[in-house]
Parts: sequence; structure tokens; C-alpha cells
Amino acid sequence: MIPVAGRHLHVVRPGALTTVQDAGRPGHAHLGVGRAGALDAPAARLANRLVGNPPDAAVLETTLTGCAVRPDRPVVAVVGGAGCRVTVDGRPVAWGAPVRVPAGAVLDAGPAGTGLRSYLAFAGGLVPDPVLGSRSADLLSGLGPAPLSAGDELPLGEPASGGPPPSAGPVPWPGAPAELVLPVHPGPRDDWFTEAALRTLLTAAYRVSPHSNRIGLRTEGPPLERSRTEELPSEGMVLGAIQVPPDGCPVVFLNDHPTTGGYPVVGVVPERALAAAAQAVPGTRLRFVGA
Amino acid sequence: MSGSGGPGGLGELRVLSAGPHALVVELADGEHAEAFHAELLRRRERGELPAVRDIVPAARTVLLDGIADPTPGARGRLARELASWRVEPLRREGGEPVEVPVIYDGPDLDEVAALWGVGADEVAALHSRTAFRVAFCGFAPGFGYLTGLPERLHVPRRTIPRTRVPAGAVALAGPYTGVYPRPSPGGWQLVGRMPDPGILWDPGREPAALLVPGTPVRFVPVEAGKAAALPAPRAGDLQADSRADA
Repeated sequence: MIPVAGRHLHVVRPGALTTVQDAGRPGHAHLGVGRAGALDAPAARLANRLVGNPPDAAVLETTLTGCAVRPDRPVVAVVGGAGCRVTVDGRPVAWGAPVRVPAGAVLDAGPAGTGLRSYLAFAGGLVPDPVLGSRSADLLSGLGPAPLSAGDELPLGEPASGGPPPSAGPVPWPGAPAELVLPVHPGPRDDWFTEAALRTLLTAAYRVSPHSNRIGLRTEGPPLERSRTEELPSEGMVLGAIQVPPDGCPVVFLNDHPTTGGYPVVGVVPERALAAAAQAVPGTRLRFVGA
Repeated sequence: MSGSGGPGGLGELRVLSAGPHALVVELADGEHAEAFHAELLRRRERGELPAVRDIVPAARTVLLDGIADPTPGARGRLARELASWRVEPLRREGGEPVEVPVIYDGPDLDEVAALWGVGADEVAALHSRTAFRVAFCGFAPGFGYLTGLPERLHVPRRTIPRTRVPAGAVALAGPYTGVYPRPSPGGWQLVGRMPDPGILWDPGREPAALLVPGTPVRFVPVEAGKAAALPAPRAGDLQADSRADA
């Protein structure tokens, strides 16, 4: 049954954490506003491309348990990113390729089988009101649309004329990493750590902590010892910064990271390596290597 | 990647690498960081700076992030250039300040007065006489760290932070004064409140933050019952709000 005519997605099952994400809002860090945006940016861009959207159109980003939505008009959708079972009204449909969802049908992206975060792109994109030029939810600052709740309605945009591009056969989606290898550029505060700590960082076996979130990838492993113990005055933080809090376990800053921070950053993981970090489930083996 | 400062009186200056597209310039102290940030903005205004997505000042550093690097080595050249700059000392006076009305009736007023060695009624006079400047933002969208208080008026944070500080609370900690743009936990000493905190952060306005880094600020004491008669602070086209007794 279709409750009202219009162009909306109705949230049937929000999952553990599903947010609206686009390319984020870079360029406002000096106001205390972080970047936000899809953590697995290549997956979000690919999903958009497959439904004929611009690469920065707003999509849904799920966390581990997927989500289910019901459009109130027919829409072409793609579920990509983390691999999962996809159904339309209970009937299995393709993952990672465009599917037609009839008006009133339930599109269900199931729990992630591999990886952590699936992306649901819809022809026309999601169009909640932008904040500072972006529709992304920023879970640290609270900017942008709130995480999805059952019963929410999300406005859908008008698909580009011409519809999705003609299918060119299967496209390659990078899978979830069995082992996450993150390259490290040392600095800006590598000199706040002991020589032994820098060796440990680049040689020890870490694991992805279950306390990871959109703010940072937390790690479990040998703590890094500081050579300077005084307090670091707050300084600007970049995406991919490896901040070392007092417990000594490195945290890799992801898109919702704070714009300034007071713990030293031992090194920086380049942005292109962070998509894999976004798909690494808790417990995944993790190594840091010199960039 | 580091270099010492030029002969322009900046003292110690180090340029540190923060990943492939960013540099952190570390200055001797906050005063020098503010001066260096002001110089960066002047040069960007004049088109003398390579394209940089974010210029983020902080306590004693300025982060340049998103450095467009069309040719190999461009970031290294910028680092060397930054290390050689001569930067004018900061002028605190000059420029029309944003005026922020404050009702000085915060719960930590007595404690701050004791730390300053003055009567509670003198806190407002001392605080509002100070020429402040937004050194940097952080903590939350639109939360500015304002400097200008002399060292003898610096106060420690509260030993036990509050779980909820209301929007508009005017607070002190260390060398800084800040105004909470929205309710949040906080450990600063609360000396007063803005009658109209909604103007601190408005995503529909350009810029969204009232207190942008580099902005001169003055706090204007008002009495609780008379806040409605105030003119709105000057910041673009923002609207006065009539919540006089917030």
C-alpha cells in the first residue's frame, strides 16, 4: 500500500546505523565543521554511476546490518559496497547492479556478508535539505540529516533524463580486506614518540577494534610510548591522521573526525587507503607500513 | 620537513608534514600563530598563496590542508616559503569588532572573581573592557576560542566538567573565552550568557559562524530584563531574536 503520492523513500528497517552521505562538506574546518561524507567514497561513487547519478549524489550508508526502504514511486536503485543479500519484496535481486524497485515495494539490503558498509544509490539521489552545501550526516557535530529511524521519509530527487547508463556488464567492486594494510606518512608529531614506538607502529600486528565508528578506526595492539608527555595544545587534524590517545592505541581519523585535537598525530594514512579501512570489520588484522 | 623562521621577529617556526597534502606550521605561541594565520589570509586574499582547501588555525599552529600539488615538489616549495616569511606582529586594536551582548550572571562568577582577586561585580567590567579576537574554532561548529585576556586573568578549567552547558553560555578556560553555540557538556568556567545564542551558528548565513577566526570581538554587558532593547550584533544580514529572557 502506498500511503501518499510523492517522491519519497519510507524507512522500513533502519538497521544498526544508516546515514545519508554524499561527498561531504570540505572547506569548513576553520569553523569547526568536519568533512563527513561516505566513508567508502569509491563505492558510493560507483553506486551513483550505475544509477546514472552524478558521483556526489546523496546515498544511504549502512553499518553491518543493512536496511530496508520502500519508495512511493518506481525507482532504479543499486546496492553496492559491502556485499549483502538484496531483495525486492522478498525476491532476490542483483547486488552491485541496477535493479528496478516498483512503487510501494520494499528494497532490503541484508546484513553485510563481506565488509561493513553497504551503499544504496537511487536514480535522482536523495535530496534532504543540504547544510553548508552537503547532505551528509556528521555524527560528531550533528550537522545534516539524523541517522535513519523506522518510519522516516526521505525525499528523492528527479532522475536525470535518459535514465541509467546502459549496462556494460559486471563492474569490479573491491572486496573487504582479509588483512588491512594502511600506509603511513610520518608526522606531524612523530618526534613525540620513542624510537621503539615508531618501530612498533610499522612492525606490530594490530586488529580493528569493535569501538571503531565514523569518527575513527580504533585499534587493538601494542601501545605506542611517548617520548614527550606534556599536553599538546589543540591543533588542526587531517583526514587519515593517526592520533594516539593516552592509552597508546592508534586511532585513524575517518570522515567525522574532530577538526582540532589535543593528542599527538604520529603519522597520516593517505585518503585513498581509507576506503578499505571503512570496510574492515572488527577483528580484522591490521598492519601499518611506511608509505 | 622543518625550517626555522625568517628574520621577521616570528621566533621559532617549524613547518611539519601532515600527510601528502597538508602542512602544519608551528609557531612559538598563540600570539604568533594568530599573526601567521592573519598573514596567510592576507596573502590568500591577494592571490599570493597556492590553492589550499582548508586553513585551520589552532592554539599555536596553523594547518594548511588540501594543498593542490599539480607539480611534484610543490608542497615542499611551499613549506620552504612559509618558513621564510616575515610576519607583522598582530594588532589587536583596529577593525570594527562584533559586539556580543552578555548577561553576566554565570554560576562560576564568584569563583572567577576570587581567582581574579576582584569583587563579583567587577568581572563584567574587566571582561567587557577586553579587546578579544577569535584565535580559532573547534570543539563544535561555530565554537570560537577567543584570546585577549591578560595572563593574570587566565583561569583553570573546572575540576569536574558539567554534563550540560546551555547554548549561549559565556565561559573561560586558560587563555580563552568561548560561547557555547548549542547545549553540550563542558568544563569551562561560566561567567555569563548571551540573550540570543541562535546568532552564533546559522548554516543559512555566510559565514555560518558569527565568530570566525580573525574576527575582533567585544562583549557588551546587559541586564537580564533589558536584553530586548539591544541592537543585534553586526554580522551580515542576521536577524535580531526577541527571546529577551532566554
